Amino acid sequence: MSGILVIAEQRRGELRPVTLELVSAAQTARRAPGERVAVAVLAEEPERFIKAVSVAGVDEVIAVPVASKEFDPDALEAAALALIAARSPSLVLVPHSIDAFGWAAALAVKGNYGFATDVFQLGYEDDTLRATRGGYGQKVNVEVDFPGKEVVVLAVRANVFKPPQGQSQPAVSRFEPPPAPSRLRGREFVESSDGADDVDMSGAEFILAIGRGIGEQANVQQFQELAGALGAALGCSRPVADAGWLPKSRQIGQSGKTASACKLYVAMGISGAIQHLAGMKHVSTIIAVNADPAASIFSVATYGVVADIFEMAEALRENFPG
Amino acid sequence: MKILVAVKQVASLDEDFEIRGDGKDVDADFLVRDLNEWDDYSLEEAMKIKEAGSGVEVVAVCVGPADADEALRKCLAKGADRAIRVWDEAVAGSDAIAIARLIAAVARREQPQLLFAGVQSSDHAFASTGVAVAAFLDWPHAAVVTQLVYAPGGESAVLRRELEGGVLHEMQIDTPAVITIQLGINTPRYASLRSIKQAAAKPIEVLTPQQLGVAEAELGEAGSASRVRRMYVPEKSRAQMIEGTVEEQAARLAQLIRERRGGAS
Repeated sequence: MSGILVIAEQRRGELRPVTLELVSAAQTARRAPGERVAVAVLAEEPERFIKAVSVAGVDEVIAVPVASKEFDPDALEAAALALIAARSPSLVLVPHSIDAFGWAAALAVKGNYGFATDVFQLGYEDDTLRATRGGYGQKVNVEVDFPGKEVVVLAVRANVFKPPQGQSQPAVSRFEPPPAPSRLRGREFVESSDGADDVDMSGAEFILAIGRGIGEQANVQQFQELAGALGAALGCSRPVADAGWLPKSRQIGQSGKTASACKLYVAMGISGAIQHLAGMKHVSTIIAVNADPAASIFSVATYGVVADIFEMAEALRENFPG
Repeated sequence: MKILVAVKQVASLDEDFEIRGDGKDVDADFLVRDLNEWDDYSLEEAMKIKEAGSGVEVVAVCVGPADADEALRKCLAKGADRAIRVWDEAVAGSDAIAIARLIAAVARREQPQLLFAGVQSSDHAFASTGVAVAAFLDWPHAAVVTQLVYAPGGESAVLRRELEGGVLHEMQIDTPAVITIQLGINTPRYASLRSIKQAAAKPIEVLTPQQLGVAEAELGEAGSASRVRRMYVPEKSRAQMIEGTVEEQAARLAQLIRERRGGAS
């Protein structure tokens, strides 16, 4: 068992950028210098993605044609199981993404592999693979290992590892997976357009985000005005969007938007549930205002203020007249 | 027809807490327990199907020690017909995969048409248990579902998965199936005082792994896909707190915002 296998993620013909982050994660997880890193592309037409995954640090690209055009966990599991059996890597990396939520755990069970999700640090120590993830709403770190497991599958958190710079000329091979019965059939993709507006949360450099702490819809306006005065884009956590107080397109988190371009993030009345942190934890300056001193958001914030958010909004507004 | 709803009694931490002597978990005295937020939505989704048809039984299942009864009582109070708890000491130290093995064993016994689990748990957020259960059963599975259409007894369901960036993927899935339920799929009900009282008197069936045919070697660390080496508080684990009156705090925040917002400052 040796070598690291990165399983690329693609959706609707586009490579998901987290794939390249996995290549960087693989570099830190080499058991010995020179351990090979292969990227497997499981797709209907895998050849289309070869160039996109040929980045620095990749020794081989394996094209694995699967019958399904769209996401099909049965097809991915069967293909990955067969590929792992054929190549016997010691480590397999997938993204901790929504698609991986739908198949990575099943892969681990079917192969009896070692397994951990939402991993943000990995590597060998004393010849033992160790992975670190968060616990209790990210308030603690948990280091795990995988005794007795010859193959370990890790789902790696996005926005932690920087994608490699530069291209490479990896060897290209093809692997034919066994056929898999399809028990889950894709029908269509739907752009969730309910209440979408023209504010692009992914592109915003300065975001003021509000959460459950605002209490009711009537209070949104106060923060809308504050965001305007500060020059921030107004975003929100899931409960605010689910309640329909702000459009879904303003939601930041795992299944909402990622604050990709954000440099300053001010979170007011957001407790810091795991699904929200996934969309903003990487921002370089995070300011959190929350009435609850035990809120998880203070574990990821750069600066924290324990205060009533309405009083704070008012006091802040006075600092930004006009 | 039956719907099995897998639930978890999660734990959150107080502002101050201590790591246990063996360094592998937080001291239980500092854990605040509650029903996992996602599971509230799973149960509600099962109740919606139950109430739209007839002859639908909703069974809640939880793997955990006696204090997990509290989570199951919540499910009973909101309308679950029965509750099952699985435990013995051999289960301690099990990860999501070993827990899933037990839930799958309950599913083999109960033969539900649908099995719901939350997308993830608010404490450790493995996002693995439901899909792992499906793998043990070799059932079709779909994760992160925000819309579900299923007619009781039907051979398939239509669902929407919620992907990153606000895109939904509509799929059709054969049943029996495992579906992991995302927040926002419905609006969970509150239990009435009366139903809470009634739930307190309802029985909770307690099963051991042995009764489910799961051997000790398949549980705990031995039956898990990972083992906790240590749990620790990260070095940078707490924001730099800004103290003072609200006005003083606001003035400091305003200064930070002006320094760091970039662009049109």
